[in-house]
Amino acid sequence: MTIPALRLNRLSKSFTVDGAPVEVLSDIDLTVAPGEFITIVGASGCGKSTLLRLILGLDRDFEGTLEIDGQPVKGPGLDRSIVFQEHRLLPWLTAERNVAAALLRSGLSRADKDRTVREHLDLVGLGDFAQAYPAQLSGGMSQRVAIARALVNRPRFLLLDEPLGALDALTRLRLQDELKRIVAHEKATAILVTHDVDEAVYLGHRIVVLHPRPGRIAEVVEVPAAARADRSSPEFVTLRDHVLAQLGVQTPARGKVAA
Amino acid sequence: MADISLPRRLPERRAALISFGLIVLIWIAARQFDLVDRRFLPSPLEILERLRYELTQGTILGDIGATLWRNLIGFGIGAGAGLALGAALGLLRGFAAVIGPTVVAQRQTALFAWVPLLAMWFGGNDTGKIAFIAVAAFQPVVINTWQGFAQVPQTCRELSEALLFRRRDYIRLVALPAALPAIFTGLHGGLIYAWLATVGSELFLNIAPGLGGRLSEGSQLFHIDLLFLTILIFALIGLAYNSLAERTETLLVKWKRP
Repeated sequence: MTIPALRLNRLSKSFTVDGAPVEVLSDIDLTVAPGEFITIVGASGCGKSTLLRLILGLDRDFEGTLEIDGQPVKGPGLDRSIVFQEHRLLPWLTAERNVAAALLRSGLSRADKDRTVREHLDLVGLGDFAQAYPAQLSGGMSQRVAIARALVNRPRFLLLDEPLGALDALTRLRLQDELKRIVAHEKATAILVTHDVDEAVYLGHRIVVLHPRPGRIAEVVEVPAAARADRSSPEFVTLRDHVLAQLGVQTPARGKVAA
Repeated sequence: MADISLPRRLPERRAALISFGLIVLIWIAARQFDLVDRRFLPSPLEILERLRYELTQGTILGDIGATLWRNLIGFGIGAGAGLALGAALGLLRGFAAVIGPTVVAQRQTALFAWVPLLAMWFGGNDTGKIAFIAVAAFQPVVINTWQGFAQVPQTCRELSEALLFRRRDYIRLVALPAALPAIFTGLHGGLIYAWLATVGSELFLNIAPGLGGRLSEGSQLFHIDLLFLTILIFALIGLAYNSLAERTETLLVKWKRP
């Protein structure tokens, strides 16, 4: 591994609830290489979203080390972008202008902005919907616009906070493939938070399993290439069952059934 | 307020017209069969006759002009001040903490309680009337504008931070459009309040050319047809304001359309 793109060391975060501190993240250690796709799974309340907010720089109140290229994170930056579970498009802007809003601080010329916005709408398959308002788009299409907005600055880090969680099952499967293709195409380092274990196995190079209250790393698992390539491969099934077991979900003993 | 409007669909519109026609029929019948004292209820034809007289030899057009002028100047001043103060209250937390409670308290005062004070400060002529109309327009505009700017969802604020918006980008792209529907509600309310206050100011303050003056004249001289005509004109102008406000809002807040 070269210089880590992202390094978390003994990262802890507490909130104050009714005057008493409540620890939501405890001693998180994680090193991410450039271009890596990390998926983080865990039950609700394990601090997954909080972790992304810290990496994004929205919340600077934590203990421990949080470094990008060896530099501590001081706030949001153009090198990191996020896709939330809800698309969070501005309803009064067209798809095109929503994407362009991310370029306000990019320093690009008007023509370059127009071109890169068009490229990214094409990349998510919405080139024909540039002039549509969010209310005119389906949930899946809106989320694609949000993905285009997150990518338009060509960020080095793409933070994904359950971006497909609110979509129907078919749209979700389709967008998982697109997400994988797009992230590889942009050569971004991606960190995806999800509670869908299948999604974590299918998209991640490595899976970080979190246990809740306080959120802490239970295990970091490498995903074999075969598992990542095919949702029906034995490697995929084995790894999914392993992660589910880590999360306390029992699966049938497949070895015996298969024999 | 915005929910009460003229029906858009044809069958409903027809039903509304029929019920209105029925009222006029009963009215004509009541006069025809002498069911009411004709000194207190003119027939629709007498009102039309009065309208014809006013248009050819009377002053009604000048009165409408004078009333609209007061109304629009007062509304402009009040709504302008309301927009400015409301935006400041919604965007500047510290300012809202200091000034906000006073604005809320001012809102609780009944509108007409201001009449004697404003008459003392500004006199009973146009200055006093316009001041009262401005106070009336100010109240709904300041409150709704303030709420509109203050109630920008947390998710939008967070997004602005993640996209590194500058303050002016935040106002232009997030806060102002998010507040726009509330601002329109306020302006719409302001228009209606200002119209009420216009009638009130012309009735309670010095008699001057204007529709309110014609109301007083009608009741004092027992010109019952003039009284009815003036009330109808008030209603029609109010109705016109209402639909104008609604049309403008649909035109400007076009992203709300599915």
